[in-house]
Amino acid sequence: MVKIIRVNMTDRTVRVEPVPEAWLGLGGRALTSAIVAAEVPPTCHPLGPSNKLVFAPGLLSGTAAANSGRCSAGAKSPLTGGIKESNAGGTVARQLARLGIHALIIEGKPTGEAWYSIRVDNNGAVVEQETETIGKGNFAVLESANRRWGEEIGVITLGPPGEHMMAIANISTKDPDGKLRSFGRGGLGAVMGSKRLKFITLDDSEAKNVPIVDRRAFLDASQRFGQTLVDHPVSGKGLTVYGTAVLVNILNEIGGLPTRNFTTGQYADHDKISGETIHDTIVARHGEPTHNCQLGCKIQCSQIYNDKDGKYLTSGFEYETIWALGADCCINDLDQIAEADAIMDDLGVDSIETSVMFGVAMEAGILPFGDGAGVLRLLREEIGKATPLGRILGGGTGAVGRAYGVTRVPVVKNQAIPAYDPRSVKGIGVTYATTTQGADHTAGYTIATNVLNVGGRVDPLKNEGQVELSRNLQIATAAIDSTGMCIFIAFPALDIPDCLVSLIEMVNARYGIKLTADDVTALGKNTLKIERAFNLAAGIGPEQDRLPEFFELEKIAPHDVKWDMPTEELQSFWKAFAD
Amino acid sequence: MLSEDTVTITVRLFASFRPGRFREASRGYPAGARIADVIADLAIDPKEIGMIFVAGKHADPDRALTTGDQLALFPLLGGG
Repeated sequence: MVKIIRVNMTDRTVRVEPVPEAWLGLGGRALTSAIVAAEVPPTCHPLGPSNKLVFAPGLLSGTAAANSGRCSAGAKSPLTGGIKESNAGGTVARQLARLGIHALIIEGKPTGEAWYSIRVDNNGAVVEQETETIGKGNFAVLESANRRWGEEIGVITLGPPGEHMMAIANISTKDPDGKLRSFGRGGLGAVMGSKRLKFITLDDSEAKNVPIVDRRAFLDASQRFGQTLVDHPVSGKGLTVYGTAVLVNILNEIGGLPTRNFTTGQYADHDKISGETIHDTIVARHGEPTHNCQLGCKIQCSQIYNDKDGKYLTSGFEYETIWALGADCCINDLDQIAEADAIMDDLGVDSIETSVMFGVAMEAGILPFGDGAGVLRLLREEIGKATPLGRILGGGTGAVGRAYGVTRVPVVKNQAIPAYDPRSVKGIGVTYATTTQGADHTAGYTIATNVLNVGGRVDPLKNEGQVELSRNLQIATAAIDSTGMCIFIAFPALDIPDCLVSLIEMVNARYGIKLTADDVTALGKNTLKIERAFNLAAGIGPEQDRLPEFFELEKIAPHDVKWDMPTEELQSFWKAFAD
Repeated sequence: MLSEDTVTITVRLFASFRPGRFREASRGYPAGARIADVIADLAIDPKEIGMIFVAGKHADPDRALTTGDQLALFPLLGGG
């Protein structure tokens, strides 16, 4: 029997409840957004007692379906002031699903100076006081948890910037290798810190396998689904061999690689930070160019990157981080970038927000462009130690821009813009402007169709067709985010019809229901409508669905283009949802 | 030797197209040659082509080459 577990941090009580009828058909993002929209007052202070932090595995998490191990975390975001869903790989989704936990809701806020942990197992959940790991980085938390409760224990952890409630703080989680994955964006770590929660452990050793109503149908659909992942060249080969950093050279070629705080679209040293160079460096240093972040992943886009001496430096070394520290901050030393990635893992900060923040910090004159050693120092000595400068930096990209009077601040709804310049890739500009999540590339990844020729073709340099493209992708993504599937299944899903067909068949076989493709579209649409309504009530209105002014004023080389999407066209995005 | 019978272009290759070939090279082709001819000349299976860019904009295989073209060829790739 699935259940909802509510942990009240005000009095440290735990309630185990049956799942309300309306939530039974929801998982992942659909569920976290439904709960946040229903139970969090949109005007509450995100760090106050009324905000709630919700974890929900996906509808297919815990099954043998390939790539089904993503978990969603939701709350009102301290960074955007709107609704937030962030998702992560690792072991959490699988463990929550096996424990029959449909959602874990953390509510209230303690008074006093004590810190806490929550221990979740087959008997329910218990809140305990925690002292040993307070003030320590995420790797120390994992080491402590492994020592106290065994190597198999699942962990959701908060680093020191989260304890200090910085808006760049993420929530991190243990992966099958004992390294870290993250619920990266939107400052959810600050929410966890406001509830004085240092970590959550998950022990599923006594849990049974998740029940599957029609085993034969599930197995058939699961095999076909996995085959589509292997068959598509992006998910089956490109991402597997080169990881996401392969995008460096692609975006550089088309002039969409934001460089030197979004002042130009190509980076002279792109070869030093490219996916090809990273691949060759990994191989030469006996790392792993192919690696997964969750059990059962067929795509294996992650990697293990070693230092010059062949020792582990970092894993989950992503295009976004490499772009931001490399091209946007002009740091051309891959090892410095990797070291920064490792520090950000340990501190538990969003590597996109933090790195784009450094680009604005460089423009502000806090440190020079290209100063990799300076970035490492600021991470360790200022952000890591919550000095006054560290707290300013820890407020994120918009905060630093405001503190230093910078106008070239690449944020939407105060969240940092990721690794694709909207002037030369117009479709992603629509996503950045319109998504409920703030500037978020995965919310509606038009790069696939604007640049990568997946799912058709829409010219990245023209305004035509972009709103429709972004809308369709945002709806589909919201649905995929509810299944526990990694978003990278979108590549085969866009080109191979049986991918989504078999995905829906797996959901139906798991639960004994009869969803159609239209039902799945409706799930995605509904989730977006709920999120939009929350944002409007929170005071984030249609005038926030826009890009910063500098994109309209400044041309970006080499194509010398500005952002010139007509406002009415952009505003038409949400009109299609008013029914 | 430059003549009206030759076009000289720069070809850039990426990811799995590089091993056994090159990263960037200057190549001459007969006048009237198309991108498809470059692909064939490099022994790349047309089915493996993911993206073609000339001067950073999408281009099709049947486009004719012009001297000075910056041609980039990518296999099917993705990311996030």
